Order: sequence, then structure tokens, then C-alpha cells
Amino acid sequence: MDVVTDLKPAEPLLALRGISKRFTGVRALDRVDLDVHAGELHVLFGENGAGKSTLINVVSGTFPPDEGTFQFGGEDIRHLTPQRARAIGISPVFQEFSLVPSLTVEENLFLGREITRGGVLHAREMRKRATALIDELGFDLDPSQRVDDLSRAHQQMAEIAKALLGRVRLLILDEPTASLTERETGRLFELIARLKSQNIGLIYVSHRMREIRALADRVTVLRDGRHIRTLDAATSTDSELVELMTGRKIDLLFPTITHKPDKVMVDVENLTLADGSVGDVNFHARAGEITGVAGLVGCGKSELIRAIYGIEPIVSGTVRIDGLPYEFPAPRRSLKHGIAYFPANRIAEGLALSRPIRENASMTVLDLPAFARFGVLRQAVERTAIQGVMEQLQLRPPNIERTAGALSGGNRQKVMLGRALTRELTVFLFDEPSVGIDVGAKLEVYEFMKRLVEAGAAVIVVSSELPEVLALSNRLYVMHHGQIAAELTGAEKTEQNVLASFFREHLVTEVA
Amino acid sequence: MSTVVTAGMPRRSTHLGRSIVGRIGFLPALLVALIVGMSAIDPQFYGLINILNILRNASLLAIVACGQALVIVAGGFDLSVGAVVALASVVTAKTMAATAAAFPGNTALVIASGVAAGIGCGLVVGLVNGFCVAKLKVSGFVVTLGTMSATAGVGLMITSGIPVYGMPDSFVKGFGRAQLFGLPTAVYAALAVIAVMMFVQRRTLFGRYVYAIGGNVDAAVVSGVSIQRHIVGTYAVSSVLAALTGILLTAQVGSGQASFGGDRMMLQSIAAAVIGGVSLRGGVGRVEIVAISALFLTILGNALNLLHVDSRLQPVFLGIIMVAAVALDELSRRSKARV
Repeated sequence: MDVVTDLKPAEPLLALRGISKRFTGVRALDRVDLDVHAGELHVLFGENGAGKSTLINVVSGTFPPDEGTFQFGGEDIRHLTPQRARAIGISPVFQEFSLVPSLTVEENLFLGREITRGGVLHAREMRKRATALIDELGFDLDPSQRVDDLSRAHQQMAEIAKALLGRVRLLILDEPTASLTERETGRLFELIARLKSQNIGLIYVSHRMREIRALADRVTVLRDGRHIRTLDAATSTDSELVELMTGRKIDLLFPTITHKPDKVMVDVENLTLADGSVGDVNFHARAGEITGVAGLVGCGKSELIRAIYGIEPIVSGTVRIDGLPYEFPAPRRSLKHGIAYFPANRIAEGLALSRPIRENASMTVLDLPAFARFGVLRQAVERTAIQGVMEQLQLRPPNIERTAGALSGGNRQKVMLGRALTRELTVFLFDEPSVGIDVGAKLEVYEFMKRLVEAGAAVIVVSSELPEVLALSNRLYVMHHGQIAAELTGAEKTEQNVLASFFREHLVTEVA
Repeated sequence: MSTVVTAGMPRRSTHLGRSIVGRIGFLPALLVALIVGMSAIDPQFYGLINILNILRNASLLAIVACGQALVIVAGGFDLSVGAVVALASVVTAKTMAATAAAFPGNTALVIASGVAAGIGCGLVVGLVNGFCVAKLKVSGFVVTLGTMSATAGVGLMITSGIPVYGMPDSFVKGFGRAQLFGLPTAVYAALAVIAVMMFVQRRTLFGRYVYAIGGNVDAAVVSGVSIQRHIVGTYAVSSVLAALTGILLTAQVGSGQASFGGDRMMLQSIAAAVIGGVSLRGGVGRVEIVAISALFLTILGNALNLLHVDSRLQPVFLGIIMVAAVALDELSRRSKARV
């Protein structure tokens, strides 16, 4: 049954009509239509909670839709399971990896569809095919390596390779570039072009305008679980897309921030970390300005601010906060010194998902006498304080007793920000502040930083998103291989200069 | 995100029903069904002696289960509780006998020293557990498996397996077997423990941090919570409560025995916690529901006895109910949506 050849060119590969999905009273999808043609890259665009993940989960068989019709390759599909979806050629790559950390890349690739002979694994054949696939994709990946030994970028490659093993007709990519470097992203784009030419349909979820511009044939905008519009990528403008997504007009993504550099709040001298990720770094940040730190994934920029906060062990060097030496940093003492840290991974290090918003937001302040006396909590104070803070941050819906696990990425980030508003703080360390949140929530985070800086706080932003750090920071450090490669201010602060300082480092190392 | 408001309407009744079930669980319904059913089948069930018997046993289990629940909420496990019950029992009895021999007639001192020794040895085991888990980073399962074995061994060594007598009458008759307003003292002890633990869980920094640590250790670290101190605290509380149970049991029976508590008590305390909605993933669970679940398990055991179900078959029921409770918990977790 070779369906592909029977298909008329006009007929879509995937056709969803009126798909609805409810979760305990919440309508995640409301009569959504979606067409994906063979050889087309179709971008799903929308804020967090707009229904994108629910939709791709329906397409990949994770859960069935409540209503609507589902056609794939011209056939009606019912009772789709993840296994069946893979069997008919629908292959998803989710943001959360589906890799078993303790198995090798190769074992992961074939997990669930191992090649066997009479019940015995055919290791040689699997090795051969895994190597062939990885070579074809052009990934620098060793099939015999254990997944937990790989960097996140390499895990992402393994995940994509896994999705492409076997016969694929529809590939689903959920923010695939979130953890990739520029070079790896370039590779991925080449690969996508090749897949398109092989008549594979692609569903691509992304918030990044640049990627949509580079890749998309068509864009479907979702909002509040509803299909808003499907547009041709070539004829639509950025502002049009953002407007459709948020339902409101957004002129500027980055707010204009008035920096008024004051005294040095954070001063780091010859800092070296125990794991060698940061070596001999000199760095300072002033009150009243945003200090940016740019760099590729794994360059040590996160570790730098984590060390200041006291999560990464320091071997040598000094940290001074507001002119005074700060020895042996530890999170609790950092908070007492007025330093707050916002982790990049809000699930792993930020929130206790089983606990309510209120408890998550107040976690950092309970040591203050206003919130607890002699170890006994003052719940009324806590409730009013957190309610006020979350109102200020426009938490939607404004119920602070919901568990953090029930929130979308944007709301989770708000709970994190809420922590900062509950106590007197002067230094704010943001680690990849906009990872995993949509444009609307990003704007709110940027506005939040603007308010902090203009109130005289010192803000340090570490980000792999170059446009973000460039636009927000007053002074920008560029890190490379654990060291400061450049410090840029004013007119020098351009994308070219940042990239050039990566490049210069490369040249130096190559010459040496 | 405004869909919440618009979509909730037609399903309100099921939603409401589910949220109540989610909050308290099926436990009260099961408990009521069990009581009504048994009362109908066997009049002996609601006889005063049987009821007092149930309450006494349920109280002892509830005290141990409260401590166990606290440890599990923090993401740990305490297998040593049963052995601590036995150790506290024999240490209390031995100390009382020795003090009574040294200071005859000074009952207050005898009782105080015995109780202090019993609680003290519980505290020591708890601190050892907590220290190994928090500082040496050994998993709670392994650590408490080790201390369970060691503690049980010490208990047997002290007594050579023979019950220890020689406690003052006022401790046994005036406390252990006494009744206040018609209820055994153990019931009051359990109610006090439950009340204090509810307060600890809801209103104290310690209780809140235990939830935070169980919910997400790394987030708690980043938030400036000192992890080690609180983990040690949970194991200490668990062991001290187990020791208290040992002392109550000793006072009730009138002798210290190394056969008290044991594996059965340990397994039941875990069962009570799990059936009472304490998540083995940590971060979720309330002691008052665990106490109800302890009462349920006790009544279930009593019912099976009254129905003359083979005692070797009884653990099978316990096993089935425990697995079913966890399965239900998973099911309700999975149906939750993200907004």
C-alpha cells in the first residue's frame, strides 16, 4: 500500500478538522484545523498555553482528540497511539527528550524497534545503520556513547536522529534550536532543507522570528486553543504575526531602558571554579545598569553567575558585593546580601511542581521575621504579600493556590520573578531569562528588568540569545571557553563585534 | 488562558466531585463503607471492647505513620521505625527496672528516666539516619535498612529475647492501661501527636521546607533553604515518634519486649502513609489523612480477624489495597491539565 504515490499533489499529507481537546474543565484545543503538505515546513506559532503542545501531542498520538477528524496520507486515522504514529511515519521530536540517560546513543535510537534475529539483538546491523544515519545527518555523534555523557546539544542531535530512523513522512520539531549553538543550528537548517526536498512534511514549533523567516512555508497562529489564521510565510510580516499571536499590537520587543550606572555592586577578581568551567575571570556589574554576558552554550557564562550566587564551588579569586568581600558564597547568605538568582531551568532548579504558587513564591523569604517568628509561619502575612506580588505580575488566572505544575512556562517564570519582589534585593542574576517562554511573557520579563534597573538595582543577564543581551545590556561581556573574550560598551556593542570575538578566540587557539 | 472561565461551566459537578476526591481521596468513603458493612455483619464489631481495641491499635500505628509520612514527604524512607519501637520498649523497661533497683520508691524518677532513655535511643537512631542521608548522601532506603537491622539486633542483645519486667505499677496501671473519659491514654497521645504534626506541617518553617525539599531539592537549594538540617529533622521526628509508640506499647503490655513493632509495624506505617495520599515522589501528603488511613488499616485488620479470614491471607489484602491506592493517585495526577 504505497499511499504516497496515490496522493494527488493538492491533497495534504496531514489534514486535521475541528480538533478539540479538554483537560478537566480546561479547553486546550477548540475546533482547530491544520493542513500540512508533503515537502512543506509548517510553523505553529503561539504563546505558551495557546495549544501548540497539545496539538502536536494529538498529532503524534500521545492522547486522542475529543472531537474532530484526523486524516493522514488521505486515510482516516482513529485511535492513534505513539507506536502507531511512528509506524505510519509520524515522528515527533519533543522539547523534553525521550532518551534513556543510562543507555548509549545507538541503544536509544533503536529503543522499541530493535533489530533482532530469533529474539537475539542484532548488534552489528544496528551499529551499521546508526552510523550510516548519523553520517548522513552530518552530526558529530558517537553512537556508542552514553546519553548522560553528552552535552544538551548532542542529546538534541541524538533525539533528532532517533526521530529520523525508519520511514518518516511527517517530522514534528518542538523548538529544536533552543539548546543548539549557531553552527549546530546551521546544520539543522541544512538538514531540514534536505528533508523537505525528500517530500517529508514538517511541523515546526518556534518562537524565534529569524527561524520562521529562514524556514517556514506557511505559519499557523494559535491563541487560547483556537486557530487564529494560517498565512503564507513569504507575504506576512513579523509584527503581523506577533499581533495575531498575542491579540494585541506590540511595537517594540525590547523596552527602552535608561541606564544610570552607579557604584560597583558586584566585583569579581580572578575567579576560577572547581570544575574549570570559568578560569581567571575579572568582571563587574554596577547598580542602575544591565550588565550582559553573551556566549555560546557551555562557555561558562551561567557558571559565572551561579558561582556568585553560591551554587558552583569556587577555587580561587574574590567576589565583592557592594565593596565588601563575600567569601564562600551560599544561596541563603546571598539572599541576605540582597542577591537573587533566576535559574535557566525553571523545572529542575526553580519550582516545586507539586506545591502551590504561594509556597513557591515565598520560599526565599520565609527566613525573615515578617514571615515567620520562632519557626512558626505567619500565613496571613504570607498570603497577602504573595497575592499582592502576583497581582503586580499579572498572574493569569490570579489564583495563588494552584500548584506550580499546572502552570505554563510564562506563568512559571512569573512565580520565579515573584520571589524577587518579596524581599529587599539589590543584585539580580538572570540565567537565560527567556528560554521556553513566549513573546508576551518575554516582554513582561523585560519590563520587569527595566523597572528593577530604573529603581537602581544591579541586573546581570546571561543569555545565549544574542539579540536579547545586545538590546537589554548597557555593558556586554562576551565569554568564550571560560574566559572573558571581550567587554563591549556603547557603539561597539554590535552583533558583528560579539561574533568577531568568538572568531578571534578561535583563531588564537588554532594558531597556538 | 481565559478558557478556564468559559469552559468550566457544563462540567462543574464532575469537576467539583473530582476536586473533593483529589483533596481527601476515597479513604473516608471506604472507611464508612467498611464500618457500616462490618456493623451489619457482626455485632461483635461494635462492642465496646472491640472498639477500644481498634482505637488503641490505630493510635499506635497513627503515631508511627505520622513520622513515616514526614520522611516520605521530604523524599525519603524510614524502614527502621519498627525496630526503633522494639528498642525503645526494651530500653525503657530496662532503665526503669535498673532505676527502681537503685532508687526504690522514687516512682517519678523511675518513670522519667525510663521515658527519657526510650525517647533518647529513638533520637539517636534518627540522628544517625539523618546524618547518613544528609551528609554522606546514602539513600534513605539503604541507611534505614542498615539501622533497622542494627537496632533490632541491639534490642535482642539487651534482652536475649526475654520480656523485661520490673516497671512501676503507676506506669503500667496508672498510665498504660488507664482510661480517661472512657478512652485509652494512647488515643490521647495520638491525638496530641497528630495535632502537633498538623501544626508543624502547615504553620512552621520546618514543615514548609520539608514540602519544598520533597517537591524539588534543587529549587529549595537555590531558594536558600538549608537542606541537611531539615532532612536530619525528618528522620529524628520519625524515630522519636516510633520510640514514643514503643513506650506506649510497653506501658500497655506491662513489659519491654524486643518483638514489638518489627517489620509489620514498619510495613503498615508505609502503607498508611501511601494510602493516606503521601506521594512517594515527595512534596505531597498530610498527616491527618495518614491518621485516618491508619484507622482504616486497623479496622480492616480487625474485620478480617472477625470474619475468620486466615491470618496468612490478610497481608494479601493489605498489599492489594496499597497498590490500588498508589494507582489511583497516579491516575488522578495524569488527568491534570496545564494552564
